[in-house]
Amino acid sequence: MTATDWTRRTAAELVDALAAGETTSVELTQAHLDRIAAVDGAVHAFLQVDTDGALAQASAADERRAAGSPASALDGVPIAVKDVLATKGLPTTCGSRILEGWVPPYDATVVARLRAAGLPILGKTNMDEFAMGSSTEHSAYGPTHNPWDLDRIPGGSGGGSAAAVAAFEAPLAIGTDTGGSIRQPGAVTGTVGVKPTYGGVSRYGLVALANSLDQAGPVTRTVLDSALLHELIGGHDPLDSTSIDQPLPALVEAARQGATGDLSGVRIGVVTELGGEGYQTGVLARFQESVDLMVKAGAEVVEVSCPSFVHALATYYLILPAEASSNLAKFDAMRYGLRVWPEGIENASAEEVMRATRDAGFGDEVKRRIILGTYALSSGYYDAYYGQAQKVRTLVTRDFEAAFAQADVLVSPTAPTTAFRLGEKVDDPLAMYLNDLATIPANLSGVPGISVPSGLAEEDGLPTGVQILAPVQADDRVYRVGAALETLLEQQWGGPLLAKAPTLDALRDGSSLASSGTGDQA
Amino acid sequence: MTETLLSFDDVLERYDPALGLEVHVELNTASKMFCGCATVFGAEPNTQVCPTCLGLPGAMPVVNRTAVESAIRIGLALNCSIAEWCRFARKNYFYPDMPKNFQTSQYDEPIAYDGWMDVTVPIDGGDDETFRVEIERAHMEEDTGKSTHVGTTGRIHGADYSLVDYNRAGIPLIEIVTKPIRGAGAKAPEVARAYVQQLRDLIVALGVSEARMDQGNLRADVNLSLSPKGSGTLGTRTETKNVNSFRSVERAVRFEMQRHAAILDGGGSILQETRHWHEDTGITTSGREKSDAEDYRYFPEPDLVPVAPSREWVEELRGTLPENPTARRARLQTEWGFSDLEMRDTVGAGALGLVEETIAAGAAPQAARKWWLGELARRANDTDTEIGALGVGPADVAAVQQLVDAGTINDKLARQVFEGLYAGEGTPEEIVAARGLAIVSDDSALGAAVDKAIVENPDVADKIRDGKVAAAGALIGAVMKEMRGQADAARVRELILEKLT
Repeated sequence: MTATDWTRRTAAELVDALAAGETTSVELTQAHLDRIAAVDGAVHAFLQVDTDGALAQASAADERRAAGSPASALDGVPIAVKDVLATKGLPTTCGSRILEGWVPPYDATVVARLRAAGLPILGKTNMDEFAMGSSTEHSAYGPTHNPWDLDRIPGGSGGGSAAAVAAFEAPLAIGTDTGGSIRQPGAVTGTVGVKPTYGGVSRYGLVALANSLDQAGPVTRTVLDSALLHELIGGHDPLDSTSIDQPLPALVEAARQGATGDLSGVRIGVVTELGGEGYQTGVLARFQESVDLMVKAGAEVVEVSCPSFVHALATYYLILPAEASSNLAKFDAMRYGLRVWPEGIENASAEEVMRATRDAGFGDEVKRRIILGTYALSSGYYDAYYGQAQKVRTLVTRDFEAAFAQADVLVSPTAPTTAFRLGEKVDDPLAMYLNDLATIPANLSGVPGISVPSGLAEEDGLPTGVQILAPVQADDRVYRVGAALETLLEQQWGGPLLAKAPTLDALRDGSSLASSGTGDQA
Repeated sequence: MTETLLSFDDVLERYDPALGLEVHVELNTASKMFCGCATVFGAEPNTQVCPTCLGLPGAMPVVNRTAVESAIRIGLALNCSIAEWCRFARKNYFYPDMPKNFQTSQYDEPIAYDGWMDVTVPIDGGDDETFRVEIERAHMEEDTGKSTHVGTTGRIHGADYSLVDYNRAGIPLIEIVTKPIRGAGAKAPEVARAYVQQLRDLIVALGVSEARMDQGNLRADVNLSLSPKGSGTLGTRTETKNVNSFRSVERAVRFEMQRHAAILDGGGSILQETRHWHEDTGITTSGREKSDAEDYRYFPEPDLVPVAPSREWVEELRGTLPENPTARRARLQTEWGFSDLEMRDTVGAGALGLVEETIAAGAAPQAARKWWLGELARRANDTDTEIGALGVGPADVAAVQQLVDAGTINDKLARQVFEGLYAGEGTPEEIVAARGLAIVSDDSALGAAVDKAIVENPDVADKIRDGKVAAAGALIGAVMKEMRGQADAARVRELILEKLT
């Protein structure tokens, strides 16, 4: 690492450096493209790198800045985008074969806002197919590797965005969180991830997994960077009827206030049901340490019970597949994406082509959930499954309301374990689903949540995360408390947690890593 | 395959029919149901599309407020309750011309429900009878794209390839569903027709749709079942799809009644299925079976927020409703001085609005009625076209009648003007000029023809000279023939009498 390694800086630091004229957007965009070229063969965070596009956008950003009229605070700071958001002119695959080569003719609202704000888009990041998974192993283009240990998963579904940020391939990334796909990868890669309030960030152009649960949000290395990005992508969008038509709270201000490390008067609720059995010892130890630190900083801790949370996972696995089974029906080879002609059938009908294409184009996990969802919505089963799940969802929301009457924010470990080994759970869907045990309730109720690195588990030396949840539209609270906890922990560590991660610099010499097994990436 | 049919009288002797009508109305909003795309009819294929109506990954719907307004107005006009809160739902099934492979519709929460409409049905040789049709619901949904199967058959089977036009995908539809209509007996076919016809009149009066059956703006599906006479039960039904004229609605009901009865009489049972109506042969044939009924897996559309029309808005819309068609009919009959039969024929021909507009454009009521129920109704029947779709409008008819009133043409010549109008030759005045149809009343031209007639019919001329003035008719006929009908008959008579008496 040298003094001019821009990839090690936070977005906020890059903003200052650009403003001070210490660097240019082209220089730091190129630095990140170089880093990607050096390490991504092993990490495989990206499905698509848009070198020319990113540099052209960087150059335009530099021109704006030279003219004294930057488009936004983050103008010129490069970013990576999860491959589930439509990017005009840039392939969007959702990690699926069925969309291989599809180039959207339009930008998602989030992407349009990034472009309007002048952030060069480095490329599209890897993910579990259609965001179904917690390890990125369900990507049709091969898994992403955790920069802390390349033999381990980076979490999922947004493992690509989290790994890109953790491996210093991008200072910022966009993720999407349906049941934990931003927060859980954040926890296992030692990065920060925020799931905003449902409706806080437009879903227009986000290829839906489960419409009533999906939410796009920031993936960064610091809480402040997330706040900066969140303010930029958030806010009402007339193209998304479910987006909230009210101004966002002051998020950056809340993050700066929290960074003082003072939590006086803040009531923190520890959720009984989100801990204990099923949680790794080191994860629980780090969580307790964080709670103790917050108490020392002036917070008041209360224990709260959310009895319906124990049903959240089962509820989620009815609602999600039901919505997904309908969303994924449009992938039928008629208008875009993959088209497979059935073998051995002359003059195949449209239905036969649909069937052959969907058979070849979807992976096993996708098929599993389509079948589950189709079943759950079937005539005669609807009330018992989908209808019942909606009722439990209401109970979860009531639990949140009761808990937030006692506490300003709720806290829990983000994920029950640290990063497991690639392949370890890929054939055990239920074990895989348990990764999202603590993150799912927030999606069911639409409340905002953040995952902040909380240290390394003693038993394996891998990152753990703390999740902070706040009431709907009180996203500022997660930033205030998240930033405070970040400050308190970094004071203890003497620097950011990621400083302890392998630098991967050995890869710069061209030496390859045995564990990097995927060949789809140039 | 020819179907065995029971005679209509025998059907009535043994069975009670139950009807159910589902009518789809395509709204005339400027933009689609869930996106801003234009809805112009007949545009180049796939030019009125966007990520949302093409169902591209990631695109999302937004509800068209004008469509909701039209749905509420239709509901109010049908005496329905308007939901205080309702949602859209996804109707899931695969079809190549449906972009998302689900239709965004409404399921158990329609915007309008529990209404009724009184329809007027004629009774042979008696007064009109009013029949109340109960409305189950009116709900909002979107249209699909349109497939064209290219090949020798024109149908999906045997097609070389198929083309899909998504311009229609996402155009707002209102589906209006009746409760089972029972007790209509022998009048069932007429009730079905009168309902669809009067529903169309209502839709037109509301101004929410072009409501043209021939263009598919208004599509009727006819459900029919029979039960043993007096049993009070409901039999197995068939659903005949896309019956696209009023006359066909009536014919389809009659045909299905006779077909069902023949099967039931033979000890068979009715297969619950979709049937296709064939306009040319007047029969239905089996479509897809409903016994392995598709499971549409309805669930609330999570991309849309509920529609919750405020009571203030609903009342405001109630204030915009046009006159009730039944009341309007009574008012117009009085104003125009029509007999019951004349009024019934006018309504039956689907020409009430057309006659009204023609009168508004300056024609006398009887003249307006005469043209629409005579010349134009015949033309509509001969060409199997809706009377409103002949290419001749109320303004044209009024203009033709003005030419007659002015003596420029007579009724006989007027028919030639209509020929010109069908052929798109211009305005009535232009056609009269271009075709040289104006009546000649100029004495020099008429005088020569009269002289010729006198010379060629000396016997007749002598009779007139002898005082038998009535014989002048024969000479007038000769003059008209000579002048191809374009002579002013009154002036010709005067000239003949001047010359011979």
